[in-house]
Amino acid sequence: MLNESPSRIDHKVICDLIEPNSKVLDLGCGDGMLLETLMNYKGIRGTGIEIDEKAIYQCMAKGLTVSHANIDSGLSDYGNKRFDYVILNESLQQVLHPQKVISEACRVGKKVIVGIPNFCHVRARVQIFFRGKVPVTHQLPYEWYDTPNLRFLSLKDFRKFCKKNGIKILKEIGINETGIVGWRPNLLAKAGLYLLEKN
Amino acid sequence: MNSIGIVETKYFTFAEPPEEMTLKNGVKLGPITIAYETYGKLNDDRSNAILIFHSLTADAHVAGFHEGAKKPGWWDDMVGPGKAFDTNKYFVICSNVLGACKGSTGPASINPKTSKPYGLSFPMVTIDDMVSAQKRLLDHLGIKRLLSCCGGSMGGLQALKWAVMYPEYQASVILIATNYRHTAQQIALHEVCRQAIMSDPDWQNGDYYGKSIPARGMALSRMIGHITYMSEKSMDEKFGRKLIGKEKVGYDFSHDFEVENYLKYRGDSFVQRFDANTYLYLTKTLDYFDLTEDGNLVNALKPVTANFLIVSFSSDWLYPSYQSKELARALKANDVDVSDIEINSSYGHDAFLVEVEGLSRLIKSYLQRMTKEYSYVK
Repeated sequence: MLNESPSRIDHKVICDLIEPNSKVLDLGCGDGMLLETLMNYKGIRGTGIEIDEKAIYQCMAKGLTVSHANIDSGLSDYGNKRFDYVILNESLQQVLHPQKVISEACRVGKKVIVGIPNFCHVRARVQIFFRGKVPVTHQLPYEWYDTPNLRFLSLKDFRKFCKKNGIKILKEIGINETGIVGWRPNLLAKAGLYLLEKN
Repeated sequence: MNSIGIVETKYFTFAEPPEEMTLKNGVKLGPITIAYETYGKLNDDRSNAILIFHSLTADAHVAGFHEGAKKPGWWDDMVGPGKAFDTNKYFVICSNVLGACKGSTGPASINPKTSKPYGLSFPMVTIDDMVSAQKRLLDHLGIKRLLSCCGGSMGGLQALKWAVMYPEYQASVILIATNYRHTAQQIALHEVCRQAIMSDPDWQNGDYYGKSIPARGMALSRMIGHITYMSEKSMDEKFGRKLIGKEKVGYDFSHDFEVENYLKYRGDSFVQRFDANTYLYLTKTLDYFDLTEDGNLVNALKPVTANFLIVSFSSDWLYPSYQSKELARALKANDVDVSDIEINSSYGHDAFLVEVEGLSRLIKSYLQRMTKEYSYVK
């Protein structure tokens, strides 16, 4: 049975961004939870790319199409504008070549949704400024020596990146644990979600 | 685990002269008998049929037990009540390929024109011919469309060819540890196996029926085969340098190591259960197979419409994962819905028979989804 709405805020926001019955590719789809949510609420046809073998079994059990590949190389297989949406939620900061991945995502997807953790959230800034240490917060839980994150960026950095690469930001939504952060998201949002387009 | 219980092989004969089947090379062959087994029940709207293609030296006996037999069929772990291919839900069919020696017409069969075994006068059959013959069987069984067709190794080549030849005929295709054409290394390994048989004086240019069979050549050929089915790691884990019944090595040419004994056992049991000419023919059939023909895989897959699941194994060096990935890539380029996974396994090519847990999970989920989508389409 469906709940009123998806339990995770980021999933709820992504769900609202997506048109019903679309074809969606989720890069770094993990256990397929987001795609399953989108199938249930929006009737999408979902494909995932995931590197972890255990997660693939979970995706298959959810009835998803899934490819066992890494994000950096797995996109080249698909034709131009093959998907209505390509999603990179909480995975962009972990890829080796983010610029290439975004450009590939824009090639195979009519629209691209990117979710990034905000490394310049106020709490992170406070830790750097007052405690003189690399921030470890609820949203950024990793110590420097065991983080899967390769890229550290803020909402502002990502806006600049898009501008430089000719990518149009159709929407920017800042979020924290409780909901949408409308005011000064680069300072107060723990993550940013973007709806992008590049023709 | 549950077993289907007692099963039996059935036979279907067609292409009686003058209506012989024309093979890909233009040669006419008939009559043709195909041995097959079925498990489970075909449902009322005939939408639950699954065709399984067997590998090089296997047969139609996938699961359950033949009357009086101690060992079940070759994929009994995967096919049966509650198993991956759940015979409570699906109607499973497997037939022995054309050109084989397990009940279907092949080089060891009697040529009705001469009343002698065909031997080397048997025409070379291709994967296309094997697939066509199986289609005749399905027509005979009244199957109009398959929920899925599935094959590992040589069976995978057939499933792939099937999907290209009869694109509308199945909702889904499951390929395991296979590829789309034999590479130089695969051909080379087969050639060594063939030479082992053909250089046995008892082979007699294939005319050994009723005389002594080329047992040494066959055993040697199978020993080579078994090395290619395992990985270095699985061999080391299974045998290491363990000695057989002795404290130290003998410094002579008797068997010292367990691995030597294992290969001998495999070789000898193969002699009992398989026909040498058939082995020559089938390995050649595999080597000739190239789905692309012109080298362009994306083009070769253009007709395909079915949904695909492609499984490979990390330590399989006979049908390496990268070949499965190339296949998945070319299918994606054709906008085919394809899931692909490389299972981390140390069992080498044998993994497709051994990695039951992972395969079962994948196939069970996949067939459930296909059943749902298939009934939705109807």
